[in-house]
Amino acid sequence: MATIYIDDIPYEVQPGQSLLSACLSLGFNIPYFCWHPALHSVGACRQCAVKQFRNEKDTRGFITMSCMAEAANGARISIDDPEVKGFRKSVIEWLMMNHPHDCPVCDEGGECHLQDMTVMTGHSYREYRFPKRTYRNQDLGPFVNHEMNRCIQCYRCVRFYKDYAGGKDFNVFGIRSHISFGRFEDGALESEFSGNLVEVCPTGVFTDKTLRRHYTRKWDLQTAPSICVHCGVGCNTIPGERYGELRRIHTRYNGEVNGYFLCDRGRYGYEFVNSDQRIRQPMFRGNRERPLEPTGKEEALQHLASIWPGPSKVIGIGSPRASLEANFALRTLVGRESFYLGIPESEHRLLKLVLEVLSSGPARSPSLHDVELADAVLVLGEDVTNVAPMVALALRQSVRQKPMEICDEIGLTRWADAAVRETVQDRKGPLFIATTAGTKLDDVATRTFHGAPDDLARLGFAVARVLSAEAPEVPDLPNELAPLVREIAEALKAAKRPLVVSGTSCGSESVILGAANVAWALCKEDQRADLCMIVPECNSLGLAMMGGKSLDAAFHEAAENKGALAIILENDLYRRAASERLKGFFGNVKTIVAIDHLRNSTVSEADVVLPTATFAEAGGSLVNNEGRGQRFFPVMPPREDVQESWRWVRDIMLVVKHLAAEKWQSLDDVIATMAKTVPAFNSIADIAPAANFRIAGMKVPRQPHRYSGRTAMLANVSVHEPKPPDDPGSPLAFSMEGYEGQPPAALIPRFWSPGWNSVQAINKFQNEVGGPLRGGDPGRRLIEPSAIEKVPYFQETPEAFCRRDGEWLIVAAHHIFGSEELSVLSPGVVERCREAYLGISPEDAETLHVAGGIKVKLVMPTAEYTVSARIIPSLPRSMAVLPVGLRGVEAADLPAWGRVFVERND
Amino acid sequence: MERPLTKNIRDGMEPLDIAAYEKSGGYRAVHKALRQMVPKDLVDLVTASNLRGRGGAGFPTGQKWATVPMGDNVPRPKYLVVDADEMEPGTFKDRFLMEGDPHQLIEGIILGAYAIQADIAFIFLRHEYTKSAQRLTRAMAEAYDRGYLGSNIAGSGFSLQLRLHISAGRYICGEGTAMLNSMQGGRAIPRHRLPHPTVSGLWGKPTNINNAETLCNLPHIVNNGADWFKGLSRCKDGGTKIYGASGKVKKPGAWELPIGTTIREILEEHAGGMREGVKFRAVIPGGASTEFLLEEHLDVQMDYDSVPKAGSRLGTGTMIVLDDQTCPVGMVHNLEHFFARESCGWCTPCREGLPWTARILKDIEEGRGMMDDLGRLENLGKDLWLGRTFCPLAPGAMEPLRSALVHFREDFERHIREKRCPWR
Repeated sequence: MATIYIDDIPYEVQPGQSLLSACLSLGFNIPYFCWHPALHSVGACRQCAVKQFRNEKDTRGFITMSCMAEAANGARISIDDPEVKGFRKSVIEWLMMNHPHDCPVCDEGGECHLQDMTVMTGHSYREYRFPKRTYRNQDLGPFVNHEMNRCIQCYRCVRFYKDYAGGKDFNVFGIRSHISFGRFEDGALESEFSGNLVEVCPTGVFTDKTLRRHYTRKWDLQTAPSICVHCGVGCNTIPGERYGELRRIHTRYNGEVNGYFLCDRGRYGYEFVNSDQRIRQPMFRGNRERPLEPTGKEEALQHLASIWPGPSKVIGIGSPRASLEANFALRTLVGRESFYLGIPESEHRLLKLVLEVLSSGPARSPSLHDVELADAVLVLGEDVTNVAPMVALALRQSVRQKPMEICDEIGLTRWADAAVRETVQDRKGPLFIATTAGTKLDDVATRTFHGAPDDLARLGFAVARVLSAEAPEVPDLPNELAPLVREIAEALKAAKRPLVVSGTSCGSESVILGAANVAWALCKEDQRADLCMIVPECNSLGLAMMGGKSLDAAFHEAAENKGALAIILENDLYRRAASERLKGFFGNVKTIVAIDHLRNSTVSEADVVLPTATFAEAGGSLVNNEGRGQRFFPVMPPREDVQESWRWVRDIMLVVKHLAAEKWQSLDDVIATMAKTVPAFNSIADIAPAANFRIAGMKVPRQPHRYSGRTAMLANVSVHEPKPPDDPGSPLAFSMEGYEGQPPAALIPRFWSPGWNSVQAINKFQNEVGGPLRGGDPGRRLIEPSAIEKVPYFQETPEAFCRRDGEWLIVAAHHIFGSEELSVLSPGVVERCREAYLGISPEDAETLHVAGGIKVKLVMPTAEYTVSARIIPSLPRSMAVLPVGLRGVEAADLPAWGRVFVERND
Repeated sequence: MERPLTKNIRDGMEPLDIAAYEKSGGYRAVHKALRQMVPKDLVDLVTASNLRGRGGAGFPTGQKWATVPMGDNVPRPKYLVVDADEMEPGTFKDRFLMEGDPHQLIEGIILGAYAIQADIAFIFLRHEYTKSAQRLTRAMAEAYDRGYLGSNIAGSGFSLQLRLHISAGRYICGEGTAMLNSMQGGRAIPRHRLPHPTVSGLWGKPTNINNAETLCNLPHIVNNGADWFKGLSRCKDGGTKIYGASGKVKKPGAWELPIGTTIREILEEHAGGMREGVKFRAVIPGGASTEFLLEEHLDVQMDYDSVPKAGSRLGTGTMIVLDDQTCPVGMVHNLEHFFARESCGWCTPCREGLPWTARILKDIEEGRGMMDDLGRLENLGKDLWLGRTFCPLAPGAMEPLRSALVHFREDFERHIREKRCPWR
């Protein structure tokens, strides 16, 4: 530890950091703009000035920027020195010279760092009397609004967008006092992380365009800690609600998971919650010829009781987008033997394998923060940017780890961001990407390799073989691959924290085996190696841990035994199986019960529909791809007949006299039963405080203390102020009353601290800025590697990919916008979705005599499509790419063989 | 009086070609240094000669060279960047040398590169210096032809590539690290002082930046030795200096004189004194970004230590003279307008403070000023100061203003009182 003196009082701080971060960690208020805890120091804004003294006797001192000076042992500074206070006030005055002072009509107002810092410095009267500069704003697409006149030129946006996130279509333009930030020309921001500009910008230049359409000030938003449901990474979020409508998603800092950022799917995919396709009442129909008609809750339940065939005759189909509790409740209702996971057999096998490699081998699944720290990476089979965007953002940081060692050698602190980037230049640490086709992350890769899934797997097996003689040999490995295999093996072996990234998205078990072999071969006694497995949905891994059978098994069961009743939990089966098979299944089951929150093709087939809560109205637990169990809490109470899925299942259990449900009054009761029943979830109750948790006898309020209009909100309905809705199921309250201090990390409903209204208040929730939240980052790892004597290398090396005449191997492509079920209901996301296509290699296009945009017909055993051809230069021959989930692309088990024909008009 | 730097320069004549330059003793120093001296000898020689950087800061050249990492295990290539981006208002000394004797600069570059074992050298030339560009291009071609540039120079085993880079034209590029950023194709924004460019400079490689005039001294030091060089001056710094004068003097121009020549001698003997009908009022001694000196300072020696004692800086050593028929407020406004326009826009005080300064001065000059404005200008002069801004551009801009507010207070107040410029 280092001792620094602040206004003559000694403090112990972590040495090596900047004075600014040391002072903020100690709880001092120093205003700043260009510094950001994840983007570090550049010294541009000059706002964080302090007075520094050379020694005890120095009384004059000199003004220095605290973000650029090291908190060295013995450093003496003053924050309150009148001269430096005056200077900080001047800096604000300069920044405010051209600022339009339009806070009342600015979306940032009330959570604006510029407002906070202006108040902090005491600047209140502007002496500048000249005209202000003005700019032309740009249309930056559906997510981010642009209002350049508010800009204070802190350069954070461009540093995040370009330097941190690798975006290429955003920059700083102009010079002198006419600097502007934006795109070269109007158009949608191309980065998958553009929405972070909203939180990175300290004022209202970049604001949330979706929030703008149903705007509410931060102080009027009801918020709660939540988890993103749009991929398997499990980023922590803070959704905000007013009048029963979800208004926006903000980042909920978690030092181990998403840190300060979110991807655009996670930030902007929320609008399905407000969709007019929401189901808010139970629906029922006597027979399938008739349309579904609304019915009452009791009627629906009584109807189910009247036709209840007994547990063994009921098929329960769970879902990887539903909570553990909802799935577990269904499993309890139907019994383990009748519980199906709601995913096809192919995906089920992949997920079981992921679980096996993470728990039975020596390699550890890393958190996103660990991924950032990896110094050599092999990506096997995953288009990370599209499948798990935040992992791609973390990998973009990881390639800087190795080159930054140069900075250590010349004594340059790593937080001196501009200097570090100048020193590192375009050096990149080892990152090898082996995928079916080119990915957006390739621009930071050392080498890329494109091939069929089996060839990707063989590459992995071959690397593992170089690393360990115990790993199996790869027969007939092409000679030209040998140097690449050696290069990858050497880079990983030389690394301090090597990482292998793989997962389920290319649909190949062999790829997972190959990735596991590489990671395992890297694990030595004193050598840590990480294995990051990417899974498709927010609770895919949780479902795999719970265990159950696949959808194919359910279809089989229904066909064999003519099931009387099937309950489908939060699952549109049309996204999982071909419609032909589903027609058969629905025909084989007498009564279909769908519990879901949106009308979809499965709901349309159901006989009874029960309206369930989305993540915004429900509580529950999810397990992310790391194996981290995380809890989300309802942001708003459900409306009308909507209730959480586990409550619907509980209610069914009560009417069919299933005794287990009698004890289930709150989520905690379900969790308690689950913890006892499923060994993998023994410690699941510990991931967040229980419902009876109180601080000084109080709950944690979801509404800020400035929440306005409380008594007037429903005055058009009744002038009597209603009692706030109860929430016996969680330690949070739908109220502005409760404990005002900082709650445990898992319960933080918003980041706010006196004088810190913006997201920058996160500093006040950490002991060290940029470090974990006080008391530890939320969530708990539920999967750990095994300490084993002998590494259980997989021996099943696949055969090399073999072309077939006249046939193409169809592999899946994933898109951040369009491939995920719920986010495509957000209008902004729809705007960013591309049309369905079939990707083919330039060589194959030539053989077929097609150009990009020409209609081609793809014929597969399960389906036929007519889509536009898209030429993908990086794609190997005899392979074609089909984008899963895009409108018009039916569910298919990929990879699969198919034939491609050109549609000719003549 | 010896005038080594300008001995080959003839008014209105084409510069010497390589044959004539060699005949006059040119490139002898290259043969001598590259064959008979190890780099360390050259660094020691230049250190002993007390050569100080002629770009304006006056940092001892040998000391700067000594910070460049040497040996076999250092990052390569190493660079020498020649700052010929002469954009300081009132300054035209490097232009004089480059147009007049381009081979002298090239010879200096070879020596400077040899001292730090640079692999590649760049001349970063001001955009408007088209004649310098033509003459340097021709001279470089001749030097490549004759084997003074390229691989294995003069059979010594030392190799150097020299490239001419013509700037797109920003004053801030005169700040060495902004120059490096602009050469890399980035925005011309200064870098933080650490790491020093000699450790991590152009493209992250060790890079030494020297002013063009500084390098022109090297052949003469190598040929004649450190003692000779020190003997040229009238103070403890070594050598001669190109001094210049502009403004309403009889013969504006640039002259090579011993370092330490007094302001009076330069103005009266070489610039011919003031024009008929105007009187001397003040002088900015070293380009626009230095503080005004008055009549009482005329006997100050123009060297790196004496001028600061009088309250200003030697800077580039090229003076701008203010006379009694020119409005000092107008002059300062003109300067501040220039600096505001040339701010790179990186740090707040410079980006926002300079245009505010210029606007206040414009108001005062045009009769719209208020007495409060003087306090505002004083505050800006204090706030836009070293350590508070990211680089020295804004403090440089404040130097003439701060001193003008002291020396010409009455003129400012008269503008405000009379609501007009008394000189118009």
